[in-house]
Amino acid sequence: MTLAIRALEQRKDLNEAVIDEFIENYDFPIVEDNAITFVFRGKVEEVRLQHWVYGLESAPELTRLGETDLWYLILDLPAKSRIEYKFDIVTNGKHEWVHDPFNPQVAHDPFGFNSVVHTPGYVTPDWTFFEAETRPGSIEDYQISSKVFGGERAISVYLPARFRATRRYPLLIVHDGMDYVRYAALHTVLDNLIHRLELSHMIVVFTQAVDRLEEYAADERHAEFIVEEVLPWVEKRYPIQPNPAQRGLMGASFGAVASLAAAWRYPGVFGRLMLQSGSFAFTDIGANPRGPAFEPVVRFMNAFRDKPGRPTNKIYMSCGIYESLIYENRSLLPMLQQTGMQVKYVEARDGHNWENWRDRLREGLSWLFPGPLWMVYE
Amino acid sequence: MSDLLLFGPQRFQSTIGDALNAMEVEGPCAVITAGWQEREMEMDELVAGIDREVINLRLHHRAEEFFEADTIFRDAHRGHQQRMRQLQEIYRIRLSHTLACVHQLTGNLDNWPEDVVLAEIEDALAMVRELDRHHLGHMRNLQEAFLEEWQPYARPALKEHHLELTDTLYRCPAVLIAGGHVAVLLNRLRLLGLEGPIREKTVLASSAGAMVLGEQVVLFHDSPPQGPGYAEVFEAGLGLFDDLVPLPHARNRLLLDNPTRVSIFARRFEAASCLTLDDGARVDRVDGRWHPRQNIHRLKSDGTVEELA
Repeated sequence: MTLAIRALEQRKDLNEAVIDEFIENYDFPIVEDNAITFVFRGKVEEVRLQHWVYGLESAPELTRLGETDLWYLILDLPAKSRIEYKFDIVTNGKHEWVHDPFNPQVAHDPFGFNSVVHTPGYVTPDWTFFEAETRPGSIEDYQISSKVFGGERAISVYLPARFRATRRYPLLIVHDGMDYVRYAALHTVLDNLIHRLELSHMIVVFTQAVDRLEEYAADERHAEFIVEEVLPWVEKRYPIQPNPAQRGLMGASFGAVASLAAAWRYPGVFGRLMLQSGSFAFTDIGANPRGPAFEPVVRFMNAFRDKPGRPTNKIYMSCGIYESLIYENRSLLPMLQQTGMQVKYVEARDGHNWENWRDRLREGLSWLFPGPLWMVYE
Repeated sequence: MSDLLLFGPQRFQSTIGDALNAMEVEGPCAVITAGWQEREMEMDELVAGIDREVINLRLHHRAEEFFEADTIFRDAHRGHQQRMRQLQEIYRIRLSHTLACVHQLTGNLDNWPEDVVLAEIEDALAMVRELDRHHLGHMRNLQEAFLEEWQPYARPALKEHHLELTDTLYRCPAVLIAGGHVAVLLNRLRLLGLEGPIREKTVLASSAGAMVLGEQVVLFHDSPPQGPGYAEVFEAGLGLFDDLVPLPHARNRLLLDNPTRVSIFARRFEAASCLTLDDGARVDRVDGRWHPRQNIHRLKSDGTVEELA
């Protein structure tokens, strides 16, 4: 198969009108089997692709098509890949990162948004979208006072549809919880999975750190805050199951470190962990290459790897194959399995981003807190 | 006259009320919503439009009261339930291997000559049926032994409930059984000794309510978030029929456009008709024969789904 950009390249009549027609005729980036053609158009000095795919050349340069103002780059990615990207354009010697103006597909995160492309086989899961038949749960916002950190902390509590104060519910505490709601559609996902009976009716607490890189980096105060302050606060106000098997912690990136660290410091309190793209940096020898923010994480992970104990019973771990953290996550897996805990580990051809974490929610949550799917027929 | 009317889910298309109103017999209708558990009494939507007296039998509530009053029985019952769950787990493991073989062979027919592989698939399927029969028998024996040993509705804390229910049912020519949690519903019906009295009534049942009335309760979902999605025989039902497997929410729960799965399902339960019960569905039994009335489809052994009404 001749790629569209190659066919264009071969034309002898390349002029602005031909380029206009090309732009008009395709959706961008052009996905032809596993070949992705990124295209940028503009009078610039240089264009690079910022893609965050670990393992590929960093920021590869787009090629200018002849003397035109069209720039392109062809990347080969395996099926079911999903990547986020921006263009780094240089004008008058100045760099600027921009999203792909020809691609309406974007993914938001706390820093803004990126353009998105995927190869054949990837489909955005249907349970991430609003479903009219689904009974919605509700979210209540609170400020709780923290002696550990001093001052007030915002937390939000998700209550499932048809919540009953007379019934007891499993509890999940989610680090960066409101980010999960904003960028990983967690409210919608919880509603849908509960409605579909795949997930237990449960109470979910969303926490947000004031300084996540410090607090989530295995900070002892954070574990104390979760176990000694948040948990009793929730148990006092809501009907929570008293059994550790019905209590879980969840987080992504540094939030996964915070979850693991809290469970490790208070073994037996949380029977379920969902750890996504954990920043589980460690050193066998030499210095930590990831920078100062990781120093406390490395200290914790080295201690954990030395004596993991059995902090919990069931762990669902996921990581993107295109993340640099894939090495740390893969190496942690056999260690966790040796402790006797039940561990499920899943990889996806995706990066360190919220939609990757969103796409794993169904499998992870329904494994940790299975709903009555096989038993209820209303 | 129909003695048994089975319906699909009632949330979006409430059809039981019309059927009940059209019945010529007079008298109140007993309502069983135990499958809804703690929401048992929230039946306004279900009974809206019914132009006769309805009496909710409150089976879930009564059982909870009973468990609280008779802790010796409650503990024995928990132990019994635990044993049933363990048996189900073991059956599930055995089934996963036995049925996987059928799926693997059926999904790769091109690998072997037809005259070689088809007979082997039939044999593999016969092993699945045998396992289902074995499990059902085991569960039934366990259940009967427990009820015989403990005689729940003869125990003081339940005796009065049982008598009151029997008396109420005596006055009701019809019983409406809503869906919900199939195990809870079945369990409450048995615990309170309603298997016998219900047989004498015209029964209108939706979703799980229809499932518990059969000879065997079949649990099903083709695409669960975990596992291969193999239908499971659960427990013996109340045995009001043995020639039909009701499939509520079939459009959501089954891959009806997958001929392999449809065919294996239909052939596995070949002694009965596997009928979908989606929104608006209704099938009546009249003089021992089933009459599809609305939105009823049958899973066929050739992998197709036939519209019956």
